[in-house]
Amino acid sequence: MYLKSSYEIRDKYLRKDMLPTIFCPGCGIGAVLQYTLRAIDDLELNQDEVVWVSGIGCSSRVPGYVNFDGLHTTHGRALAFATGIKMANPDLKVIAFMGDGDAAAIGGNHLIHAIRRNLDITVILINNFTYGMTGGQVAPTTPKGLRGTTAPYGSFENPFDIAELAVAAGANYVARWSVFNYLQGINSIKKALQKEGFTLVEFLSPCPISFGRRNKLKTAPELIKWYQKLSVPISKAKEMSPEELEGKVIIGEFTDRDRPSLVKEYEAYKKRAKKAMGWEE
Amino acid sequence: MIIRGDEPEQIELLKKMYPKGNYFMQGDEAIAYGALFAGCRFYAGYPITPASEIAETMARELPKLKGYYIQMEDEIGSIAAVVGASWTGFKSMTATSGPGFSLMQENLGYAIFTETPLVLVDIQRSGPSTGQATKGAQGDFFQARWGTHGDHPIIAISPTSVEDSFWETIRAFSLSEKFRIPVLVLADGIIGHTREQIKIPDPEEVEIVYRKLPTSDEEAKYPFGDVHGDLIPPMPLFGHDYFTHVTGSTHKENGLRDVYTPEVHDRLVRRLHKKIELHKTEIQKWEEYYIEDAEILLVSWGVSARPSLGAVMEGRKKGIKVGLFIPKTVHPFPGERIKELSKNVQLIIVSEMNLGQVILEVQRFVRDEVPVIGVNKIGGVPLTVEEILKEIESSAERSRHRSAD
Repeated sequence: MYLKSSYEIRDKYLRKDMLPTIFCPGCGIGAVLQYTLRAIDDLELNQDEVVWVSGIGCSSRVPGYVNFDGLHTTHGRALAFATGIKMANPDLKVIAFMGDGDAAAIGGNHLIHAIRRNLDITVILINNFTYGMTGGQVAPTTPKGLRGTTAPYGSFENPFDIAELAVAAGANYVARWSVFNYLQGINSIKKALQKEGFTLVEFLSPCPISFGRRNKLKTAPELIKWYQKLSVPISKAKEMSPEELEGKVIIGEFTDRDRPSLVKEYEAYKKRAKKAMGWEE
Repeated sequence: MIIRGDEPEQIELLKKMYPKGNYFMQGDEAIAYGALFAGCRFYAGYPITPASEIAETMARELPKLKGYYIQMEDEIGSIAAVVGASWTGFKSMTATSGPGFSLMQENLGYAIFTETPLVLVDIQRSGPSTGQATKGAQGDFFQARWGTHGDHPIIAISPTSVEDSFWETIRAFSLSEKFRIPVLVLADGIIGHTREQIKIPDPEEVEIVYRKLPTSDEEAKYPFGDVHGDLIPPMPLFGHDYFTHVTGSTHKENGLRDVYTPEVHDRLVRRLHKKIELHKTEIQKWEEYYIEDAEILLVSWGVSARPSLGAVMEGRKKGIKVGLFIPKTVHPFPGERIKELSKNVQLIIVSEMNLGQVILEVQRFVRDEVPVIGVNKIGGVPLTVEEILKEIESSAERSRHRSAD
């Protein structure tokens, strides 16, 4: 694969008057943004046919930096806004850039229902195990025992596995990587963007400032090394016992299937309505 | 493909499906048909009594009209989907009642701040909380005005009958499209569930208003700027090569976020208010009955307006000089007109199905110059002609005694 320089990608797709970004040193969002833009570039998607949607949080700031139509909405609701965009104009390709708190806590219900409907959308999910923007509070993804400002003695709750949740709810494509797996990440985004129905690519993404330094992982390299220790490729995980997998994060492609998407189903539904009226075309 | 509602194909479909003539239907259905005639082709909603029939009617009719219907997972998602659809160019609507209206408040604020045209119908029911779910009330007057946080303008319309609901819903779309602002329709469970005769017009008799679009790339650069001097920016829709950024954060005229410059926030929020203030005469609407020589002015709205008119007519028969003022646009409240009318009356009576909401607006405008009293009823049963007439009669009696003193 021919990779363009970052400068080329930046000049083509970013709003220069919005730079620099708000992202802290060591943050993984910029990397995932680059993977997404590279995927768009590789697929030669038309810039005016892609809409970026987001909620609230660090990762949700991304639509403000990219030169596309974008809807930066309220906390957790990106997928509900996206439902209206995609249904009313199925020609648009909709990308939702979300964080783990945005997608799995306040927006958890919208997430599972958007997946259930198989809404034609690609979710790029930045999972940094914390609420970065508000200063490092515990998230529904924080591994048990790790600390946040609102769990100073270590989280006592079970974390959500967003990728598994997405598979169970019926997504057409689900993959999870750490930001370290950049080639797999770009390939997964490309795959996701080309599919109909709900697609989700989750990235373990370092937040050294709000998450790492409270958990003895003060720098991005430390966090990435931790991801490597934490993550198990899905092929290997299949041969491991639940006990061995305790506390691990599985990475890889979780599902790749072609269930009928919301847009397709609604077109068929409109035909049924006409048939019921005796107006068959 | 965007549908505005005035395409020849759409007109033909409407004529075929709902030929001009008399129909017998509920207020909820009349609101749905009003929306369809206004060109609404996207609806997202969540079931709630007493508004569900709006969703049911839209679910049945929209797919036939090439429109889109989706039942969302909650009211928060419903208004969100409506905002999304509006940015692709569709006239969009959602409908709900008290508890759902409360859930919608955050995204209603988003729609106001991003100047997104949409219509939100609140079939008011008895509250607070679950209250009397199946019963009508008029308790959301101030929630409609101040339910979402921060300084913001809003337009709210309140219909008084089933047929009025059809036409006022059309007016809601016109105002929303014209001024790029969410418009609320404050009906209630009684109008929503009452069946009466309504006259469905030819689609050509309905004025179709569509939002102002940018006429050049230059204009499209300022989706939140006063491009034409009328304070209403043209709306660059998604998918037209404009790369429009829309955010609920404070934004500059070009749509990009700037929360650090005080002037940017000040300019934006003041323009939103001035936009509605500047066009107030076009937005406000009211009805007046027997006010020329009135000594007592009755003010009423929504479902309470009809028994109030009945009471005024009965009062006139008894020789009482009583007139009626009905605000049809309830926000911005036509208080200036009431103030004007108050100069010639001795007393103002406000009748409504709550413990006193519109009365506070009336008092705010007339101050202590004229006494203002309320006829208030809660519990889900509408005010009757007799109940209002009784108050008119005893007030007339009191003022007769006063003038005798």
